[in-house]
Amino acid sequence: MPANDGLSTLSDYLFVAAVLSYALAMLAYAADAAWGRRVETQSVAAVEPARVLVGAGASGSDLVTPQPPLTSTAEEAPSHVANLAIALTIIGWLVHAGALATRGFAEERLPFGNMFEFASAGALAVSSAYLVLLTRQKARWLGVAVMFTVVVMLGLAGTVLYTSAGPLVPALHSYWLSIHVTAAIISSGVLTVGSLAAVLYLVRLRYDANVVAGRTPGLSRIARLTPEPEVLDRTAYRVLAFAFPLWTFAVVAGAIWAESAWGRYWGWDPKETWAFITWVIYAGYLHARSTAGWRGKRAAWVAVIGYLAFLFNFFGVNIAIVGLHSYAGI
Amino acid sequence: MRTALILLFLLALASIPGSVIPQRNLNPLRVQRYFDAHKDLAPVLDRFSLFNVFSAPWFAAIYLLLFLSLAGCVIPRSWQHAKAMRARPPAPPRRLDRLPQTATWQTGLERDAAYAELRTALRRKRFRVDVHGTALAAEKGYLRETGNLVFHLALLLILIGVALGSLYGYKATRLVIDGKGFANTVGSYDSWKPGRYVKTSSLAPFTIQMDRFEASYIDSGPKAGQAETFVAHVRYRSQPGSSWHTDDIRVNHPLTFGTTKVYLVGHGYAPRFTVRDDDGQVVFQGPVPFLPTDGNFGSTGVIKVPDARPKQLGFSGFFLPTAVPSAQGFVSIFPGAKNPAVVLLGYRGDLGLDSGRPQSVYALDDRRLDKVATAALGVGDTMVMPGGKGSITFTGIDQWASFQVTYDPGKRLVLIATVVMIVGLLLSLRVRRRRVWVRADRDEAGRTVIEAGGLGRSDSGAFVDEFADLIAQLKEVTPPPAATTKE
Ligand code: HEM
Repeated sequence: MPANDGLSTLSDYLFVAAVLSYALAMLAYAADAAWGRRVETQSVAAVEPARVLVGAGASGSDLVTPQPPLTSTAEEAPSHVANLAIALTIIGWLVHAGALATRGFAEERLPFGNMFEFASAGALAVSSAYLVLLTRQKARWLGVAVMFTVVVMLGLAGTVLYTSAGPLVPALHSYWLSIHVTAAIISSGVLTVGSLAAVLYLVRLRYDANVVAGRTPGLSRIARLTPEPEVLDRTAYRVLAFAFPLWTFAVVAGAIWAESAWGRYWGWDPKETWAFITWVIYAGYLHARSTAGWRGKRAAWVAVIGYLAFLFNFFGVNIAIVGLHSYAGI
Repeated sequence: MRTALILLFLLALASIPGSVIPQRNLNPLRVQRYFDAHKDLAPVLDRFSLFNVFSAPWFAAIYLLLFLSLAGCVIPRSWQHAKAMRARPPAPPRRLDRLPQTATWQTGLERDAAYAELRTALRRKRFRVDVHGTALAAEKGYLRETGNLVFHLALLLILIGVALGSLYGYKATRLVIDGKGFANTVGSYDSWKPGRYVKTSSLAPFTIQMDRFEASYIDSGPKAGQAETFVAHVRYRSQPGSSWHTDDIRVNHPLTFGTTKVYLVGHGYAPRFTVRDDDGQVVFQGPVPFLPTDGNFGSTGVIKVPDARPKQLGFSGFFLPTAVPSAQGFVSIFPGAKNPAVVLLGYRGDLGLDSGRPQSVYALDDRRLDKVATAALGVGDTMVMPGGKGSITFTGIDQWASFQVTYDPGKRLVLIATVVMIVGLLLSLRVRRRRVWVRADRDEAGRTVIEAGGLGRSDSGAFVDEFADLIAQLKEVTPPPAATTKE
């Protein structure tokens, strides 16, 4: 069954329009960060949380640290530029969703069948995760990084990974596959946003350290306009803690699919192996986050390593390593 | 906990070589090529089981240690945890107005009546409530710890389920040509991989007969040649003497006998040949499975004819479902059988079947054979050996399918434990402990004044809203004094 040519051409046009809109959004976020009015960032001491000791014989878990709210500092009411940035993000998102939907209709299936489609859907998941985060807390400081990532992903998708529309090989006809891939794509979007926050946190720590030591901040200057580090760290944790069960579910759905396709739920295929490795590293992050001595910088590094493992699973394993999953086509 | 986590990381680290170095269980051919390419290195790697990472002793050792240390840290913790689940909310701090969330209001109720109302209201909101002298202490979100514990226990169950499967389960494969079948017995399998404790006498006693294998491919366009469907049309019965049923086995759609499942895992062509010897006697007749070597099902295979007289005959062939001539000879340009052809090399001599050396059915041992003829045949064509000494006719094509039969008694436990694990994980990550204290006092004027404070470990500020809602409800049950109500 040949794919519907008119629709898939439309899909390609929408794809390009989405990239443009995201790129403009990125510029607008950058302009907002550089010139938008903002209140003084609070000094670290001002947000150093007060500890409240509750109850007699308090054990560790009774020592409760009230957290500064995520919504209060560093960003004030959005400027015109900020509104423009967000509007462009939403327009980009709509057009992008349209590109995927038309491709799906052209192929009469979920548009998650090869690496081009994974990358495009993954980028949509990233911008979706960011937009959802925006409704929960102030997170415009993530805008430049998120839009940059989305544009790079789509750029790679549209050039290196591009495959024309078409039906799937039989092993991919399975609704567990759809569930697995959908969950994997959504969780990868959320993981990406969380990891960007973790990276910004590390960069911001470096920037602060440089400033305190009186050195010139160098490249870490890109983080100078972010909120205070605690907010970055906690945003990363919130987002990653949301992503982790999703990722777990995605891996499990994949195992269920593997069971029906290959007769075993887990076979240490390279893709499965790296999904496991990624999972373990993020589990390590969650533990590090609640382990004294690992909280903060070290935990953030664990998160970044987890993301690298995730990226390797997506690109490295598909391209460099031969396995059962490689037949999805580059 | 630290040890178990380190072991978990170690397990992840240990699995990396398994994803980079070719593995025997996944791709024996690439292992062979690796051995050919790295003559010095490969035996060393093999010594450390690096071509079988996931069944290596050291991998099993990490797994076992992980299991022990996880058990060692989770089981004692569940004990502590059972106590913590019944824990009472902690006593109120001296000053409620120092807490992050606070509220104060007046009520017309008497102090004791106000307490009773507040207590009921908090209980209704599923808080665990204690009276501490002049104050109420309330807490909820104990499910967080429960979820955490359930998660870690489920992790333990998964490890147990995986181990059960690999000790008591088995995996077997069998190649079946159109019209043939097999019974689920060890002897009928091409490969048989049992767990340590499998009893070969207690396999599910089913029989499967494959009537026909069917594959279809995209005919034209940029995706031409990509497969659309694979179906094995089969008849089966679950035990000798019971009635036959028909079914289709497809990729993603196994045939199930209780816990034993039969999967379609591969397919290919089995060209049919008729071989005559020097006397014109038919000495071989039937399909021969050829193994695909490329995406368009160019396939290799051999025909061994030990009954040919006076000398044995052997043929090695390359089958092409859609053959077109090219500079290097013939190539197949499409996986469907549009223009089938087979290129044959004919041998005479001794096949070496009696030499005692084990032989593959897919390879000729040509040490005592002479190559005497070669030809490319279409369906119906015959290659006559030089001097009229025997002939082979390519009479048609069948297809074959390969089936994998798996029995994994740990699978269900793993599935259930996994679902429980995810539920536990969600509780552990989403539920937050939060505490509220309420104190009612009389002020100088004798009115009842209620003071409340709250503490949540919420990252999201969700507790701020929850606290505000709660206070609104508490105020409802402790209405302000009538006399001071304004407006
Ligand atoms: C394999 C993946 C694992 C995952 C995904 C995982 C996940 C978690 C999560 C989400 C928490 C709650 C952290 C928090 O309160 O913020 C936790 C706590 C805990 N985990 Fe694990 N865990 C894993 C393995 C282990 C292992 C192997 C052990 C060792 C016995 C362990 C022991 C603990 C302990 C003792 C806690 C309580 C620590 C605390 O709350 O501070 N976990 N785990």
